[in-house]
Amino acid sequence: MNQRLHVRGATLPGGSTADILIENGTITGLGRSLDSSGATSIDADGLIALPGLVDLHTHLREPGFEQSETVLTGSRAAAAGGFTAVHAMANTSPVADTAGVVEQVQALGRAAGYVTVRPVGAVTVGLAGERLAEIGAMARSRAQVRVFSDDGKCVWDALLMRRALEYVKTFDGVVAQHAQEPRLTLDAQMNEGALSSELGLAGWPAVAEEAIIARDVLIAEHVGARVHICHVSTAGAVDVVRWAKARGIAVTAEVTPHHLLLTEDLIRGYDARFKVNPPLRSDDDVRALRAGLADGTIDIVATDHAPHPLEAKEAEWSAAAFGMVGLESALSVVQASVVDSGELGWADVARVLSAAPAAIGRLDGYAQGIAVGAPANLTLYDASATRTFAPEHLSGKSINSPYFGRELPGRVVATIHEGRQTVIDGELVAAEEFADRGTHEVARG
Amino acid sequence: MTARTVLQSSDITRALTRISHEILESNHGGSDLVILGIPTRGAVLAERIASILDSIEPGSGQVGTLDVTMYRDDLGRNPTRTPRPTRIPSGGIDGKTVVLVDDVLYSGRTIRAALDALGDLGRPRAVRLAVLVDRGHRELPIRADFVGKNLPSSAAERVNVRVREVDGEEHVSIETPSPSEGQAR
Amino acid sequence: MRHLLSTRDLTRDDAIGILDVAEDMADVASRSVPKLPTLRGRTVVNLFFEDSTRTRISFEAAAKRLSADVINFAAKGSSVSKGESLKDTAQTLAAMGVDAVVMRHPASGAPNVLASSDWVDAGVINAGDGTHEHPTQALLDAFTIRRRLHGDASRGKDLDGTSVTIVGDILHSRVARSNVWLLATLGARVHLVAPGTLMPVAIDGWPATTGHDLDEAIDAAPDVVMMLRIQAERMQDAFFPNAREYSRQWGLDDERLARLGAGSIVMHPGPMNRGLEISANAADSPRSTVREQVANGVSVRMAVLYLLLASDREALLK
Repeated sequence: MNQRLHVRGATLPGGSTADILIENGTITGLGRSLDSSGATSIDADGLIALPGLVDLHTHLREPGFEQSETVLTGSRAAAAGGFTAVHAMANTSPVADTAGVVEQVQALGRAAGYVTVRPVGAVTVGLAGERLAEIGAMARSRAQVRVFSDDGKCVWDALLMRRALEYVKTFDGVVAQHAQEPRLTLDAQMNEGALSSELGLAGWPAVAEEAIIARDVLIAEHVGARVHICHVSTAGAVDVVRWAKARGIAVTAEVTPHHLLLTEDLIRGYDARFKVNPPLRSDDDVRALRAGLADGTIDIVATDHAPHPLEAKEAEWSAAAFGMVGLESALSVVQASVVDSGELGWADVARVLSAAPAAIGRLDGYAQGIAVGAPANLTLYDASATRTFAPEHLSGKSINSPYFGRELPGRVVATIHEGRQTVIDGELVAAEEFADRGTHEVARG
Repeated sequence: MTARTVLQSSDITRALTRISHEILESNHGGSDLVILGIPTRGAVLAERIASILDSIEPGSGQVGTLDVTMYRDDLGRNPTRTPRPTRIPSGGIDGKTVVLVDDVLYSGRTIRAALDALGDLGRPRAVRLAVLVDRGHRELPIRADFVGKNLPSSAAERVNVRVREVDGEEHVSIETPSPSEGQAR
Repeated sequence: MRHLLSTRDLTRDDAIGILDVAEDMADVASRSVPKLPTLRGRTVVNLFFEDSTRTRISFEAAAKRLSADVINFAAKGSSVSKGESLKDTAQTLAAMGVDAVVMRHPASGAPNVLASSDWVDAGVINAGDGTHEHPTQALLDAFTIRRRLHGDASRGKDLDGTSVTIVGDILHSRVARSNVWLLATLGARVHLVAPGTLMPVAIDGWPATTGHDLDEAIDAAPDVVMMLRIQAERMQDAFFPNAREYSRQWGLDDERLARLGAGSIVMHPGPMNRGLEISANAADSPRSTVREQVANGVSVRMAVLYLLLASDREALLK
């Protein structure tokens, strides 16, 4: 059942052109004149080959919110976007705060087969911010959880945050903090500034994010733990992270594609498709985030893919849900925001969307990128394509994308997960193709 | 489009003078007369009639304006009309003879609206109608009591009344569409 | 005019046009039959997701004086409490066939959402949305100021050079927002006075000056002082310590009233907290326009309904 694939003439992230030979789920050849007898040939002329993309931050909604997304539909959306591994946040129902839930999510991901699904464990029981969840049990479960987060809620209690940082060290884990001071963001609806004042929407001040990041990097320094900051969205937050890194603190940070491209001005018509947590910010913030990503202050891009049913968005602004789907559009938005502007090259994209998030999540097989001996996780991307983004470009269950009607560059042509094609010619491979998934396992540490 | 002048300024003045005399005659004098012009040009003509009346019989020229915008039956079929002020002389209209003045009498719908508007303002003893031009094509059972000029026209034609106070020039003309324009419409 | 959502959308000519039509509407009120047949056969729904008897009856009176049929839909405590969404409610109304929706909603922007949706193609009039805008209140305030300044000669006039000081909870006030845009558009000089906690952030772009000191603002002899209602729950949320301190610093008391210039007027959108933001003497003084504001509200809302409904909607929709 293992495929032998021969990718011909791909442009590697560094700019060189090569053929890639894939056998038994592993890259076995890279270069010219490879022995490709009997292999399925994939023409990659003019396409960029990126290592399989890794998303440290998605919401797959299962268990509990299957009307929005399931592990299967979210996996399909991920594959369509060029991802081969995604981390699924813990704010499900029940919350992923026990070994049982994370093992269930991981098993669902394995059954779906499109991508490697890595469950994120909750930091606190029920995300309530009161008692630590069974972090050890989750770390030592079959799911081998390494990323812990109450995402959607901030671990606001400083003492609890300290304990969490200290405790996860035991398991080589990391706490991914949703930095949002809850009192400063009471009823907050959008970025606080001139526009929130005009629109009469309660403001979400940048300081509410920055204060928590500043606190947490200092706690991390004090206890000698690593901390990851989810979806950095303000210029000030970039400065705080830059300062912390200069000081040698083990902090990593992520930015979402939408915070790299979209600004709060889109909110003027109160269209809830643009309602997201953290909120869309100003032009200055967007510029600082791009610069932070380019200079390495921000380590990774993560989608914060947050599906919601239609009715959660077809509502007055304050009643509508926070969140946007982002898996299918991520690479295009990254290209539009930082690649086409020259701030990032494709090697940087490979780093921020594959190697670096895998390293933070302790996910094996992504450190080398596209190299002989590495697991065959690969994305072929046509950067010269353009498309007017539309619901038909989405593969998940929900359509709360902020990009409809917007011209976006690039298109994922093929995705290869552990040596098997999940996307061929831009189309998802049918789920039945993975029915025998249980018999095919790639050894993983 | 070809335009043909049918009344010069002097013709208009003559017509208004004649109408004024006819009003006085039919009213048996100038007492209890209220002249109400329908904006825009009807209001101008009403002012002129009132001043002629006043010169013939001092004190007889009580004049005002009656806006009928809010009483029209074609609201919603046209771009929004901006209403104009209605000004009723201080004595009101109860028990008076009201002479409505308009520039052109055509379908009669404006006058229908004016009669409704009057009804909300009070109860005149009688209502008369004076128009500078009657061009026919009535859609309602309404006729004018005092007419400056009967001007049989076809529905395709346009009757333009121009008065100095509003338009800076003064005449009445008929525009006839040329055959090609007629097609285009 | 397709909808009235915000006074920001109005040009000076638009605004003066509405106020002039309102003058005609005010004349109607003084006639023996204070009613016009203009909107006969049209249906106006008062869709109120938040209680406001005053605003609702003002719109109701306005619609009825124009002979429109009026449906009052108090969504609070009816369908909405059963989980019915704005969309469901709007589609219900659309199925009934309404021509205009007068909407009051606790969420900022809810009328914008309704107007830009395809749930209902009626015109939408914002009757107050959250802490965003309350355009007809601002129009009636402007109308009241213009009448006090120009009397019967108000038609066609703007508010060039008129100084208006708005005092109180600017942060949460939809009345203040709508007034800032409208009064500035009409040429007035607007000054905002509030404690730092109740002043919106980053408003240097607003066409208004700001300050924290009411006494200083009164010494500048404004033509108009507009006091905003202060809500008791703001104290719990630490916007200011207590009523006594607020009243002492930002209330229009008798002493400040006495220092106002001879021709200046005192406004309040109501309902008033006598003794808190405004003293009883200030509220009842001849300077106070509070009762005129109520009467003018009907005229202004008639004008808005007329301009929204008495035009060719088919053409507007194209």
